[in-house]
Amino acid sequence: MWWSAGVRTEVLPVDFQAWWDFVFARRSQLVTDSYLHVSAVVQSIVIATIIAVGIGIMVYRSPIGSAVATGLASTILTVPSFALLGLLIPILGLGVRPTVTALVLYGLLPIIRNTIIGLASVDPAITDAARGVGMNRLRVLGRIEMPLAWPSILAGIRVSTQMLMGILAIAAYAKGPGLGNLIFSGLSRVGSPTAVPQALTGTVLIVVLALVLDGLYVLLGRLTTSRGIR
Amino acid sequence: MTDTASRKGTAAHHDHTHGVEIVLDDVVKRYPGQVDAAVDHVSMTIPAGETVVFVGPSGCGKTTTMRMINRLIEPSSGRITIGGKDALSIDPDQLRRGIGYSIQQAGLFPHLTVAKNVATVPGLIGWDRKHIAERTDEMLDLVGLDPDTYRDRYPRQLSGGQQQRVGVARALAADPPVLLMDEPFGAVDPITRGLLQDELMRLQSELGKTIVFVTHDFNEAVKLGDRIAVLGSQSHIMQYDTPEAILANPANDMVAGFVGADASLKQLTLSRVRDVRLIECPTAHEDGSVDEMRRALLARRRQWGLILDARNRPVRWVSPAHLATVDSLRDVGDPVGEILSVQSTLQDALEALLAESSASTVVTGRRGEYVGLITIDTLVENLRQLRDEHADDHDDLSDPGPSALDEPGGAQRAPEELAP
Repeated sequence: MWWSAGVRTEVLPVDFQAWWDFVFARRSQLVTDSYLHVSAVVQSIVIATIIAVGIGIMVYRSPIGSAVATGLASTILTVPSFALLGLLIPILGLGVRPTVTALVLYGLLPIIRNTIIGLASVDPAITDAARGVGMNRLRVLGRIEMPLAWPSILAGIRVSTQMLMGILAIAAYAKGPGLGNLIFSGLSRVGSPTAVPQALTGTVLIVVLALVLDGLYVLLGRLTTSRGIR
Repeated sequence: MTDTASRKGTAAHHDHTHGVEIVLDDVVKRYPGQVDAAVDHVSMTIPAGETVVFVGPSGCGKTTTMRMINRLIEPSSGRITIGGKDALSIDPDQLRRGIGYSIQQAGLFPHLTVAKNVATVPGLIGWDRKHIAERTDEMLDLVGLDPDTYRDRYPRQLSGGQQQRVGVARALAADPPVLLMDEPFGAVDPITRGLLQDELMRLQSELGKTIVFVTHDFNEAVKLGDRIAVLGSQSHIMQYDTPEAILANPANDMVAGFVGADASLKQLTLSRVRDVRLIECPTAHEDGSVDEMRRALLARRRQWGLILDARNRPVRWVSPAHLATVDSLRDVGDPVGEILSVQSTLQDALEALLAESSASTVVTGRRGEYVGLITIDTLVENLRQLRDEHADDHDDLSDPGPSALDEPGGAQRAPEELAP
């Protein structure tokens, strides 16, 4: 493996001066990489959400359909990200395409599962009342079921986002965008003076950005969830 | 049954849509894979502007029967007409917008405010915003919720009873002629349930809708129904008649079992003191003559009389023994205990008689003035009369009344007989 015993002895007594010099010198590249990282994750999440909510809506009424959809999505999640990227490169080439594809695939499971749970846990009396006052299937879904399932779906999106922030780092292997490149190139040059600060910066930035995104989700949840069900 | 109509006061109000007749004609619901039909050849007429209660054991198909009226369940065969129009030929969503629907625990949309919940159907049928806002406030007023206080609340901020009121307001918002209520008061505490039932009766006396009400509580059926349909398994109609008639003469053992052992007691809740003949006793004002009163009392078998105050309100009971030693009617006799109003039910009267352990109880009018006495004999006589009235309900098949008998194996199923 690429993290050898030699790294650990050097990482722990961190040389803060060296780290700061590195960050300062590379600041514009760090900003660009951070932006690309977040941008790739957010775009992948948007695509994953559209697919996953669509699948959830299609299967939530059928226990078998729900089991199959959740099962398939969790199978994808068990494929190691390194391996999945490796499998995608021959098909999609290097760069953004295999990266986004892998992220979307990984992001599906939590959103599908939470969409199914959210929709299935809407009180049948409420949907019955909605049908009873003359809403058609589509209206019941759009006006009643989706707003009620939304907090659950959003929780799924949040989990997926956190997960994808980390997984994207590995996409540097497929020449994907983002902060993974820092970590990869840092770790591949262990021994040189900037190696550790580089890898560390990438890792810390990913953690910080993930926390910021999470905060934004809390805000989004407050703004988009009815006061009646908060 | 004009007496029933006047009891529940089903008078139509002019600025509301009055109820229309609903006819079920040979309606069957069969689920695939089940041998027995869930609802087996049911025919009945629900008269315009009346409250008809479907009552029966759980799983008897009463809810299924009701849900076929607004086609939340599609009948397998048969015809349903609402106000003469074939319900099965109308688009189901359009049909449902014209039928109020209220269910247990109200089924309110938790993510919408009270006002938005009430405005659901007017919104679906495209009323303009101002009209909807006015209507919403009017509806909240109607069900006894102050619009300014409750308009912007969410359902979870309301008590169970208040949620149920909002549910009724939502069902009535688009002024439908027909209201379907599926155990709407099943999930609230007994006191609130009583209040909501009173409220519904008041609303109904104002609005005159056709209400189909499903419950398994026979007391609720007796209280609310102009007619009760007692349903057996597969929704077979065991008896379809006024509460008085069912209590007085249950059509079969199953109905009798459902009515319970206290049918006569329940019957007493249906009549009020003003409907029965009261008896008289000698009365005198406080400034009246002692001798006259004594003579009046001695002339009777039951030697008790009443002293009234200046406004004719009963004050004290007197007997000849009280009057033997006094020269004024002031301050003699025993104070009057329980007093009944003409509005009280006969059950209240029985309770008062038992509580006083006396032979008779005083009845007073609106302003507390003496009207007469009610005795245990009056109650017995009333029950006997009701039983006599309904004694031959089931023998006479040419009876034009609405006594539909649908015995389990019955050959008496004939929709024409159900016409009111």
